[in-house]
Amino acid sequence: MSAFVMPSLGADMEAGTVVEWLRKVGDTVHHGDVIAVVETHKGAIEVEVFEDGVVEEILVPPGEEVPVGTALAMIGDGSGASAAAAPKAPLPAAAPPMAGEVRRPDVLKVKPKAPVAAEEGRRRVSPYARRRAEALGVDLADVKGTGPGGVVQAVDVEQAAGRARASGREAPAAPPGRRRGFDPEAMRQGIAAAMAKSHREIPHYYLDTTIDMQAAMHWLEAANAERPVAQRLLYATLLIKATALALRKVPELNGFWIDGGARPAERVHIGWAIALRGGGLMAPAIHDADTMSLDALMAAMRDLVARARSGGIRGSEMTDPTITITNLGERGAEAVHGLIYPPQLALVGFGRLAQAPLAIDGAVSVRPVVRASLAGDHRGSDGHSGGLLLAAIDALLQKPEGL
Amino acid sequence: MNGDGTAAPRLRLTYRDAVREAIRDALTRDERVFLMGEDVGRYGGCYAVSKGLLAEFGEDRIRDTPLSESAFVGAGIGAALNGMRPIVEVMTVNFSLLALDQIVNNAATIPHMSGGQFAVPLVIRMATGSGRQLAAQHSHSLEGWYAHIPGLKILAPATLEDARGMLWTAIEDPNPVLIFENVQLYDMEGELPADAGPVDITRAAIRREGKHASVVTFGGSVPKAVAAAETLAGEGVDVEVVDLRSLRPLDDATIMASVAKTHRVLVVDEGWRSGGLSAEVSARINEQVFYELDAPVARLAGVEVPIPYPKHLEDASVPQADTIAAALREMVGRR
Repeated sequence: MSAFVMPSLGADMEAGTVVEWLRKVGDTVHHGDVIAVVETHKGAIEVEVFEDGVVEEILVPPGEEVPVGTALAMIGDGSGASAAAAPKAPLPAAAPPMAGEVRRPDVLKVKPKAPVAAEEGRRRVSPYARRRAEALGVDLADVKGTGPGGVVQAVDVEQAAGRARASGREAPAAPPGRRRGFDPEAMRQGIAAAMAKSHREIPHYYLDTTIDMQAAMHWLEAANAERPVAQRLLYATLLIKATALALRKVPELNGFWIDGGARPAERVHIGWAIALRGGGLMAPAIHDADTMSLDALMAAMRDLVARARSGGIRGSEMTDPTITITNLGERGAEAVHGLIYPPQLALVGFGRLAQAPLAIDGAVSVRPVVRASLAGDHRGSDGHSGGLLLAAIDALLQKPEGL
Repeated sequence: MNGDGTAAPRLRLTYRDAVREAIRDALTRDERVFLMGEDVGRYGGCYAVSKGLLAEFGEDRIRDTPLSESAFVGAGIGAALNGMRPIVEVMTVNFSLLALDQIVNNAATIPHMSGGQFAVPLVIRMATGSGRQLAAQHSHSLEGWYAHIPGLKILAPATLEDARGMLWTAIEDPNPVLIFENVQLYDMEGELPADAGPVDITRAAIRREGKHASVVTFGGSVPKAVAAAETLAGEGVDVEVVDLRSLRPLDDATIMASVAKTHRVLVVDEGWRSGGLSAEVSARINEQVFYELDAPVARLAGVEVPIPYPKHLEDASVPQADTIAAALREMVGRR
């Protein structure tokens, strides 16, 4: 018997709202199953369970915002032992984490709070109330329904909007066609909190190097000539794979700074920064990118972009990245010197793919180049390691057939 | 207003008187108009609507018929096809079922089947509804059935003004028009200007303005809905009452505008709920203004039994002002 808790889906997350339970009491679940959708300022995130068992109790109904670490459900062996074993007197709910504190679902253990009546099923909101919420920019998750049977009606939305105005927080008008559960302003606040923490606490060092991309681009052209259009590789795939493989050689840059020490990770989960339409960004994980074929990596990237933009990112994808790659693509600046996403140890940046003069064998030649940069946490590594990583990436990109 | 700028004098009269005035007016305006039906002449009509008209207009124009709805409704269709402007009275909607073939298979279809070569400018008036302890064979409300039939126009005058004004507009219409007079309205008293005349028969009317909920209804339920709205006004709930007036075609625009204003709607129909007119109105609201709704469309309709004879059971079998008020309270969350 253990608690399935509100996970921390980022350094900046203090609380979340369950918007939907995808499993009900009595359902058997397995490690990795998505069992709930949690709304955060990054939008709706699908949250997985990390053990095998049976959902014995659902403790937090949809719509209720709870601090990170709060028990959301009890997972047991199906014997129903929780009903007898669960404490009758209410225990204090999990203490809200300190601002910026990182909690990982796999290391967190909290006592379950007292069971509350499970309220299952979809929230009931009148069509007119939904329209009013859209027009007034009110998040329905924050609105308590007072209609028959708890239905959210227009009056509830209007009162919530009135409270938001009274508290001086004018709700922004929601743009049409927004992502599921996505509030650009809240995401901005989240990015602000994480980046301020990064800049405040992490002593960054920066390195950069220019990488000759001629061999890689020639190889890519030939490789794509054999692929149907829909399956062609983007050059970003080569950058990600090369970085992932290079991290095997320089493992001290792959992992986390937790509790005053570096915690290198055994596996390489690349957090890939994806810009969202309408503003904001997220950097969900491409798991075990160092072991994937380029085609598998490309498919994973396509899938991740689609889900990031439609709101189907999973909790583990938010918490697992061991390093972040930011790639400005073909239209960005020449180089990027980014901020590390806490608690990761490093961030690799790639500037625009551009034509530039390069001295090769004593002559100047115009070649396609990319400026690769590394931001490292000086607490966990030194510039020497960073230089080795960039050199390893460069070397791998000169032999693209080995990627 | 008269031409000299003075208001016409107002007359105090009943709904029954208003219908009689409408018939008298039509008979006077157009010599092709005549009234026929069971007991409309010597007896003066079973609800005394045509009392006195036989003496005034004579046997050619006020004609008693045998007890055969099929025969005299059919005769009315034939007369209309041949240039007359008949007003046929059927004693109750229950009896009109004997003339269903003439109404549905002939009157409603001939203009269409002749490619518009023949018009059927026929008006059929009939009594409908319960409340007079006439039991199950004389008390039903079957307007919804007729409102199902393309080719017919169905009217439900609920006010003195409409009782007085709808008839002439209906006579001028080239299509067969059925006018349903709810029996509970005949004794309703009120005032009308002495020069009251024809009215539009295409639009629904707002009988009372409100902003918290709409009641959409027609015929005998209109005064009940207005009474319920007055009761709720004393409780701080502002109810709008929409009188459909025309049941076919329905004036969707007025219904939807009211729902878009109040966001809650109760459809009240004395007829039975299953497959009835309230179902049609409810469906249209869901189709057209779903996103305006702050509560599910509610219906209050006749209990699904043959109308009982005992007074207390008869009253309990159809919507009343107090049950309409209760349904509205539930809808706006006040019990």
